[in-house]
Amino acid sequence: MKQIISLSINGKQFEDAVSDNMLLIDYLRNTRGLTGTKTGCDGGECGACTVIIDGQARPSCITLASTCHGASIETIEGQARNGILTPLQQAFHENLGTQCGFCTPGMILTAEALLRHNPDPSEDEIKQALGGNLCRCTGYVKIIKSVRTAAEANP
Amino acid sequence: MSDTLPNFQLLRPDTIQAAVAILHDTENAKLCAGGTDLIVNMRRGLATPKALVDLTAIKEMQQITNDTEGLHIGAGVTLSELAQNTPHSAIAQAALAIAGPGHRFAATVGGNLCLDTRCQYYNQSHWWRKSNDFCLKYRGETCHVAPSGNRCRAAFTGDLAPAFLVLGAEVDIASPQGIRRIPLAELYSGDGTDYLTLADNEIVTKIHLPPGSAKSVYGKIRIRGALDFPLAGVAIAAKKSARETRFRIALTGTNSRPVLLDDPAPFTTNDSAETYFSALNKAVQKAASPQRSTITAPLYRKQSIGALAARLAQGLTND
Ligand SMILES: Cc1cc2nc3c(=O)[nH]c(=O)nc-3n(C[C@H](O)[C@H](O)[C@H](O)COP(=O)(O)OP(=O)(O)OC[C@H]3O[C@@H](n4cnc5c(N)ncnc54)[C@H](O)[C@@H]3O)c2cc1C
Ligand code: SF4
Ligand code: FES
Ligand code: FES
Repeated sequence: MKQIISLSINGKQFEDAVSDNMLLIDYLRNTRGLTGTKTGCDGGECGACTVIIDGQARPSCITLASTCHGASIETIEGQARNGILTPLQQAFHENLGTQCGFCTPGMILTAEALLRHNPDPSEDEIKQALGGNLCRCTGYVKIIKSVRTAAEANP
Repeated sequence: MSDTLPNFQLLRPDTIQAAVAILHDTENAKLCAGGTDLIVNMRRGLATPKALVDLTAIKEMQQITNDTEGLHIGAGVTLSELAQNTPHSAIAQAALAIAGPGHRFAATVGGNLCLDTRCQYYNQSHWWRKSNDFCLKYRGETCHVAPSGNRCRAAFTGDLAPAFLVLGAEVDIASPQGIRRIPLAELYSGDGTDYLTLADNEIVTKIHLPPGSAKSVYGKIRIRGALDFPLAGVAIAAKKSARETRFRIALTGTNSRPVLLDDPAPFTTNDSAETYFSALNKAVQKAASPQRSTITAPLYRKQSIGALAARLAQGLTND
C-alpha cells in the first residue's frame, strides 16, 4: 500500500507517494536525494539519522515516512543558506567538533533544536540533549565546546 | 533497493472504537504507538505484522486530566509530555531515564507499559539469531538462558511500570466489548514470551493514579549512563507520619514482569536504620530474579538493585 504525503522539507513543499513501510530516513535519502542524513546503526541506537520534525530533533530511522504527512522537516542540507554556515556549523568547523563527520549532521540538528528553545544551555544541559547521539571519533569534548561556542556567538 | 522494513499495511484510526474494530477484524495486526521499540524490532525481523495500527492520531488517548479521583494519563501521552506534567517524582525520573531525548518525543506511556521483554539472545539481528538457531521466544526451540527449562526468561525492562505500580495505578483496557479497568500488576503474565495478559483485540487506553501525597523516587542501574535499558530499576513510594514511614517498592529489569513487592513492615522511630535498611536490601534481592538475559552477571544486578533500593528508601525518610 502507498499513501500520498505532503510535507515541508527545509522550507520547500513536497508531495510524494510513499509505501506504508517506508522509513523517513529512506524517504529523505532515496526519494528526496538528501543524503546528508546518515544511517549509523541498525535502528534507534546512534542518533546519526536525527532530523528536526516540527521543531523536535528525532531519529528518522525509526519514524515511518507516512506519519510525517503535514509535518515540517529540517535536514542538514537546509542549515547553511547561500553558502553561509549557521553559527553551529561554524562553531563545529572551528572547534574540531567534527572529525570523520558521520555523526555531525545528527549532532548539529540535535544541538540546533536545543539552542532554539534554550539559547544559553549549561554543559550539563548540552550533555543531556546530546545523550542520544553517539560519536566514535571526537570523544565529545569538542562537540560540547562547539555547542557552547555557538551559544556564545548568538547574542 | 530493498525495503528496510518488511511489507505491511499502515492503518491510522482516529478513535479508540475504530482502532479496536480494526484490531478485531484484521489478521496479524499489531499496535504501533511511538514505534521506538516496535520499529527497531521489526527492522531486526522480530515481528512481521501484516498490518500496523498506528495509534498516534487518536486524540482521546493523548490527554492528562486531574480530578477528585486522581490523575488520568492517556496511553498515547508521550514520555516528554509526561515528564513535564506529572506531580510524582518517580514518574518524571523514570520517564526521563528512558531512551534518549529524541526517542521521548515519540515514545508513549502505553508503549512503555507494553514494551516487549528483552534478552541478549533476542535483541539481535536476524543473522545473529539464525546462527544461534533462534530461541524459544521467537522461532526457536530452546532457551539459551535456561536450556533445561521450557519457559522464556527474557526481562521486562520498561522503566515506567514500577513507578506506576508503587503509586497504585490501574489501567483501562478497550476491547470490542467495551472498557475494563484492572490493577496495573494484572497487565503482566510473568512469561517472557507472552508477557501481557491482553487479548489480541485489546488496547491499553488510560492509566489512573489515585490521589495521594506519597513521596516517590525512581533509580536504575545501566551500563551507559546517558541512555540505556535498565539492568535493574527500582521505584519507591513513601508515606510518612510522625511515628513511621511506610514504603511501597517495585522493580523492573529483574524478572519477566515488573514486580510489586509485598509491603515491608513500616520503618518506625524505634527501628535502627542500619538494621531496617539492610533487611529492606535483602527483601529486594529476594524478590529480584535476574537471569542471564544480559551480559551483566545476574548476581551483580541482584545485589546492586538491593543496595540501590535501600539507599533510595533511606533518602526518602530524610527529606
Ligand atoms: C536506543 C534506545 C534506548 C531505549 N532505552 C529504553 C529505556 O532505557 N527504558 C525503556 O523502558 N525503554 C527504552 N527504549 C524502548 C522504547 O523507546 C520505550 O520503551 C518507549 O516508551 C516505547 O514506547 P513506544 O510508544 O515507542 O512503543 P511502540 O514501539 O510503539 O510499542 C511497543 C509495544 O507496545 C505495544 N503497544 C503500544 N501502545 C500500546 C497500547 N496503547 N496498548 C497495547 N499495546 C501497545 C506495541 O504493539 C508494541 O508491542 C529504548 C529504545 C531505544 C531505541
Ligand atoms: S530467555 Fe531464553 S527464550 Fe527468552 S529470549 Fe532469552 S534465550 Fe530466548
Ligand atoms: S541510524 Fe537512526 S539512530 Fe542510528
Ligand atoms: S566525528 Fe566521527 S563519529 Fe563523530
